[in-house]
Amino acid sequence: MTPIQNFFDPELLAQTAFTVVVAFTFAGALIAVLPRNILYNVLGLILCLTGVAGIFLFLGSAFIALMELLIYVGAICISIVFAIMLSRPLHLSLPKRHLPKVGGALGVALLVFGVLVTIISRTPWQPAAERSNDWSVTTMGVYLLTRYDLVFEVMSVVLLVAILGAILITGQSRKRSS
Amino acid sequence: MNSLTTYLFIAAALFIIGIFGLLQRRSLIGMLIAIELMLNAASLNFMAFNRFLAPDPIIGQVYTLFIMGFAAAETAIALSIIIALFRRIHSINIEQARDLRG
Repeated sequence: MTPIQNFFDPELLAQTAFTVVVAFTFAGALIAVLPRNILYNVLGLILCLTGVAGIFLFLGSAFIALMELLIYVGAICISIVFAIMLSRPLHLSLPKRHLPKVGGALGVALLVFGVLVTIISRTPWQPAAERSNDWSVTTMGVYLLTRYDLVFEVMSVVLLVAILGAILITGQSRKRSS
Repeated sequence: MNSLTTYLFIAAALFIIGIFGLLQRRSLIGMLIAIELMLNAASLNFMAFNRFLAPDPIIGQVYTLFIMGFAAAETAIALSIIIALFRRIHSINIEQARDLRG
């Protein structure tokens, strides 16, 4: 055992890193929901999604973690920021907090959380009888083009239709408002 | 080291934060952000089951990719609708969007 491993127990280090990542996720989620300034919400969403990418890393898939960063942080959050800048809602008056509504939302959320926690802790989770350990990206690519190619095709068509629809909706509204 | 239920609890907490935001916000972009949180909780669940229970670790990853693609499509459509709505009513507050007629 090298001296450095005496100072840093790998297990303890991994556990600390996991706690930090989870704390980032929840802090980001709360920032994404609570402040009334939308730009803060987007920044909180970015923090939260980076934390979720870290959790994916702990779950053993570096590829999905990278995709999370690339698609969510790189594409979705940036397009939300662009939409905020294009529509300039920051200058408009912020709506006041409506306390009964916040209370009701909190009640519903806590109710759902209670139900979910009960279900999770009551269910006896059984792992599958035989499990393969093949996590490589190569296998995933082969599966995406052979066994799960319907998923691949449907995703492509949906993205194409979404792009066309987005262009159409925005273009028509511009024609009508001018 | 961490068990399956740890990840499931994290996902459930993320999901209810999303529900809380969706119900409490009145700006459309804020609601969209809350929906993204809920979608992330769902894909976190898929990845956790994939890591601990599934016979083949490819399925959960493929499904998570599927969710991400749908989230991207949904964001594109929702943002274009929000921009079109903003051009009409000059606000992104849903309480001012009352009629469907274009």
